[in-house]
Amino acid sequence: MADPTGVLSDEQLAANFADIAPPLTNDAALLEADKCLFCHDAPCTIACPTHIDVPAFIKKIASGNLRGSARVILDANPFGHSCARACPVEVLCEGACVLNDRDEQPIKIALLQRHATDYVLDRKLKLFEPGTRTRKRVAIVGAGPAGLACARDLRRRGHDVTVFEAKAQPGGLNTYGIAEYKLKADVALAEVQDILDLGVELKTGVSVDSIETLLTKYDAVFVGIGLGSTKRLGIPGEDLPGVVDALTFIEHLKTHPYRETAVGRHVVVIGAGNTAIDAVTQAKRLGATTATIVYRRGEHDMPCYHYEYELAKRDGCGFRFNAAPQRVLGNGAVAGLEVRTTGGTETIPCDMVIVAIGQGARTELTLPKDHPNVFTGGDCANGGAEIVNAAAEGVAAAKRIHERLSHG
Amino acid sequence: MADLRTNFAGIKSPNPFWLASGPPTNTYGQVAKAFDQGWGGAVWKTIGEPIINVFSRYGSVDLGQNRMMGFNNIELITDRPIAENLKEIAEVKRNYPKHAVIASLMVESKREAWHTIVKQTEDTGADGIELNFGCPHGMSERGMGSAVGQVPDYTCQIVEWVKEVATIPVIVKLTPNVTDITYIARAAVKGGADALSLINTINSIVGIDLTTFEPQPSVAGKSSHGGYCGPAVKPIALHLVSAVAGDPSVKIPISGIGGIATWRDAAEFIALGAGTLQVCTAVMHYGFRIVEDLIDGLSNWMDERGHRSLADIRGRALPRVTKWEELDLNYHLLAHIDQDKCIKCELCWTACEDGAHQAIRRLPRDNGGPVVEIIEEACVGCNLCAAVCPVKECITMRPVKNDYAPVSWKNYAAGKGKLAPRSEAFHTATWSSSSKK
Repeated sequence: MADPTGVLSDEQLAANFADIAPPLTNDAALLEADKCLFCHDAPCTIACPTHIDVPAFIKKIASGNLRGSARVILDANPFGHSCARACPVEVLCEGACVLNDRDEQPIKIALLQRHATDYVLDRKLKLFEPGTRTRKRVAIVGAGPAGLACARDLRRRGHDVTVFEAKAQPGGLNTYGIAEYKLKADVALAEVQDILDLGVELKTGVSVDSIETLLTKYDAVFVGIGLGSTKRLGIPGEDLPGVVDALTFIEHLKTHPYRETAVGRHVVVIGAGNTAIDAVTQAKRLGATTATIVYRRGEHDMPCYHYEYELAKRDGCGFRFNAAPQRVLGNGAVAGLEVRTTGGTETIPCDMVIVAIGQGARTELTLPKDHPNVFTGGDCANGGAEIVNAAAEGVAAAKRIHERLSHG
Repeated sequence: MADLRTNFAGIKSPNPFWLASGPPTNTYGQVAKAFDQGWGGAVWKTIGEPIINVFSRYGSVDLGQNRMMGFNNIELITDRPIAENLKEIAEVKRNYPKHAVIASLMVESKREAWHTIVKQTEDTGADGIELNFGCPHGMSERGMGSAVGQVPDYTCQIVEWVKEVATIPVIVKLTPNVTDITYIARAAVKGGADALSLINTINSIVGIDLTTFEPQPSVAGKSSHGGYCGPAVKPIALHLVSAVAGDPSVKIPISGIGGIATWRDAAEFIALGAGTLQVCTAVMHYGFRIVEDLIDGLSNWMDERGHRSLADIRGRALPRVTKWEELDLNYHLLAHIDQDKCIKCELCWTACEDGAHQAIRRLPRDNGGPVVEIIEEACVGCNLCAAVCPVKECITMRPVKNDYAPVSWKNYAAGKGKLAPRSEAFHTATWSSSSKK
């Protein structure tokens, strides 16, 4: 593989990874907030998995009540900060905005949400308090959005919460896996800290290997361990140096200075989901001369969101459809990817291959079947979805756990 | 092209758009520039014994992000010497002979003082005089402005003094800060006024700084009530113009003032009887250049509607302003929702449900069809749903035919005429049927 980044200056790298949707100025936020119609039974709220009362928080921005606005958001969604940056709003709240039906742009709900939540994050305002102590103890496995959303709402209900996290830092994919130009680790960690400050006990670097053992010490267990590692291609050459899986590539990028993440001059990304888009755009932004999605099926079969596809095209990424990877070529280093196309076998020259064909389920932890005190949520339960789904499931689980602990 | 030339109580101007007395008419330079850009006339910033102004003078009321929907001031009359103002008026008149130049005057309530200032003004060649009996702040504490305009006898007396010496038309500017403006208007007529102008500004406090609790505009931490103007006051001005124009004992021309910012505003004032229009706040906001569209828009509208001169439209709406008791009780309306245009915001439902007559029913969002429908037997045709609907012409109010002759309250109460039947639902609470999800 070619030399790491190399070609771009630090300034260019910083610009390439700056927020893709910069925050609104105060004036712009007021202007935007005033456009909201304040719908009753609003479609945006219905579309949000956490059902944030969107018109309510926007009207509070318009009235200059930013603290109250942030509380509406964060009350419904403990991950309101990261969702404001990384939510696929085009297919959720903003896609449901009634202004779309008036042939107008929808309200910029994500940016308004960021405006309100940044206000409290920047000022370190504490909006929530732990509930009266119940002395019930809940263990949470996995400090991703699902587990921590659950943790926060359990603390607000007064339960003792201990979170076990295998990685060094909490936050799950928010810290390690969201495209850098959408959400940076420092914001993800500050958001997590807000939750921990409610009195959540966090144990990082701890792998839980038995739910049954936890059940002997805790009244309930919530499991939000996400998905396992990226699936293997199952083709020759995939262990060559220069073949990396997308999550490892992105995690390295997010936990090191940009210059330290190795990228090829000609990068091929295998897969066409949203993670593949994150990988190909970030490879391009790191300085790859070409970054190309190689997908075995057609353009309209791509599982990524349409606007993510558009983003990758704007970034100058290439796309090869109906090209099924057969073999990674190279001797000690990647030299190309052999693909089968409708026209026969073909070689795409490249010096780096990023694999983004989805993650498998985790197999290292067995859950007791139908145990009344074991709850799950997030990617490990839904098969892989958005932060907002994980948050919604964590919040819902906290409610069920609370009911169980209160009346069970 | 429509003829916009105006003859107002003998004062001629190329169009009806005059600058109202205020900050935009303070100097020769401003008025000359305004005339160059198309203004038909200007009422000079009120002249009197020079005053000393405070520094903070204006306060704005914003509606959302729209600035200066309402505006107030605690500025007094001119702070420039009388002689200087008169010299500049003469100069403007000399250089712009076809434009209307009006001197606004305010002096002590003494016969001699008025005689002196009127004579001095006539020497400038000004086309007319406007008596400022309306300023509600500051000057009123000194017995001038609205202190005069709020008392019919004072109004009449000073107009009489002025008319003893004036040879040019005298316009009396009325204050809205009275219980019934027609009493003041009649007093001005009695005193011999040639025309009226209204409204002056309305007493107001535009806001409080919630950090310091200072009223706005703040002068070293305190404020005083100021004169309110701008688009927010237009409906009040329209009403008062119609009240004066519709008073049979007031038969003199009226110059309309109050929140005029567009040609549409102007046309409405003319339709209610105004002969000329005076503009101040809109110019303070956007500059003299707005006159271009005032003229162009009014002219195009008149051409499209076949109105050849201002006389064709003046007062056209007046016969339609009546007492409530004259309105037809048998004229029934029903709201109609164009479901193809509906964007499903449900604002009509929540407004009708909480704020009116519970005459809209919600339907489940998930069935893909309409989400709101009118409960016809409960609809009183109030217009609220149409007013809140964010889509133009999605909700329209449609007349409902009945076989009953029109009947006013006046006649009905006198036992004459029959009421068309009305739904029982008008008088019964229906929340239980329409608000259940």
